[in-house]
Amino acid sequence: MRAAHRRHPGYLAFLAHRLSGLALALFLPFHFLFLATAIEGEAALEGALAWTANPLAKLAEWGLVTLLALHLALGLRVLAIEFLPWRGPLRLWVGLGGGAALATGLLFLAALGR
Amino acid sequence: MAEAAACGGRMLEVRIWRGRDDGAFVSYEVPARANQTVLDVVTWVQRHLEPTLAYRFACRVGVCGSCAMTVNGRPRWTCRTHVGRLAGDGPLAIEPLRNLPRIRDLVCDLEPFFTRWQRAGGRFVATSTRRDPLPRIAPDSEARRAVDAGIECINCAVCHAACDVVAWRPEYLGPAPLNRAWTLVNDIRHGAREETLDRVRGDAGCHACHSQMSCSEFCPVGIAPTAAIAGLKRASLRHLLGRRDE
Amino acid sequence: MKEGVLFLLQRATALLLAPLVLAHLALVLYATQGGLSAAEILARTRGSLLWGGFYGLFVLAVAIHGAIGLRAILAEWTGLRGRTLEGITLAVALLLLVLGLRAVRAVVGAP
Repeated sequence: MRAAHRRHPGYLAFLAHRLSGLALALFLPFHFLFLATAIEGEAALEGALAWTANPLAKLAEWGLVTLLALHLALGLRVLAIEFLPWRGPLRLWVGLGGGAALATGLLFLAALGR
Repeated sequence: MAEAAACGGRMLEVRIWRGRDDGAFVSYEVPARANQTVLDVVTWVQRHLEPTLAYRFACRVGVCGSCAMTVNGRPRWTCRTHVGRLAGDGPLAIEPLRNLPRIRDLVCDLEPFFTRWQRAGGRFVATSTRRDPLPRIAPDSEARRAVDAGIECINCAVCHAACDVVAWRPEYLGPAPLNRAWTLVNDIRHGAREETLDRVRGDAGCHACHSQMSCSEFCPVGIAPTAAIAGLKRASLRHLLGRRDE
Repeated sequence: MKEGVLFLLQRATALLLAPLVLAHLALVLYATQGGLSAAEILARTRGSLLWGGFYGLFVLAVAIHGAIGLRAILAEWTGLRGRTLEGITLAVALLLLVLGLRAVRAVVGAP
């Protein structure tokens, strides 16, 4: 109840954008280190990939793809608010709707791709 | 009480903040009426139960902004908040506006808000005298429409209370001062446009806004400071990229 | 002034990252069909100027964009300011840049 002033779409969009960005930023160094095992040759990268063949890793991968899609969609919302002509509350809904649609679509595709 | 009998005995539980920062909510029972505003409720408590209750109001008809308080977690004008239309079944919780120092009970110190207003340079600088012809401003020009969209601000500080960046960055100017600056930047008669822009694109200015839009969500006058701040961001970028023209 | 420059960099890298991220997501979704193997990845990237350039640019943009984003989080949610804040921001940018370019080199260059 104390944070009731935050329960509106704009704040939720901000929070999801920030938290997804934070998660991605924390993930990236590991992503880079993982890929860099290829320095030691194909077998090293293959070994690292084999390590991710478990359900938990698969879930994490799906989560990261979703977070990336979400961060992109909500980032486009910010760019729309800041740079496109303001047309009242329409801007907010277009941004949110578009963002949600994009994120959902990619989420679905990601699930299919598994 | 005669009042309670008159409204069928239904009572409303109200929790009102008493004291300063180290105060607490105190519960009161107020006769429930078919039509009452939160300001009516607070006034009733002060008149019948708690004469020492401190609170602010003036016009009580939604034009002055003095009665702004936090109602069930949201910053609102209490004279324009009907109790019957508030969501939730729990007791009504009333406390001072957020992001401002508490003086006593429901009264907070608006000085930090007005200091930011001054710092954002919301002062119009004239460029003509009474001997000059009146400047012709087309009401449907883009600049004038931008001014009109933000000119009704009456400094009630609801947006200041709603904004989380204000809470997280003590130096942030806030939605209302930035909105005001935008109305000046777009006023073709204003003689200090560059100075106004300089004041609001510094470290405490428009770039700290994350478009959470709480200001626009809660402004009782329907202003969208988010739009004004977006305009300032664009103006700042243009300046950075060396293009000083509009 | 500085906030203006950081804002510009953040928005500019965002605009650049939008198509790069879409392309990367499309590639990931395509490449993970039917399992992912090192051989498949490397067959695509080894010696490729296209993928080297693509991911090199991606890494540069992400290093700037991520560091500036983290800077805002640190300033607003931990109250950090001044040289400590700027130092951490720079360190994050360099870390992402170095690790990222190392990864690009790993998959594009010879083992």
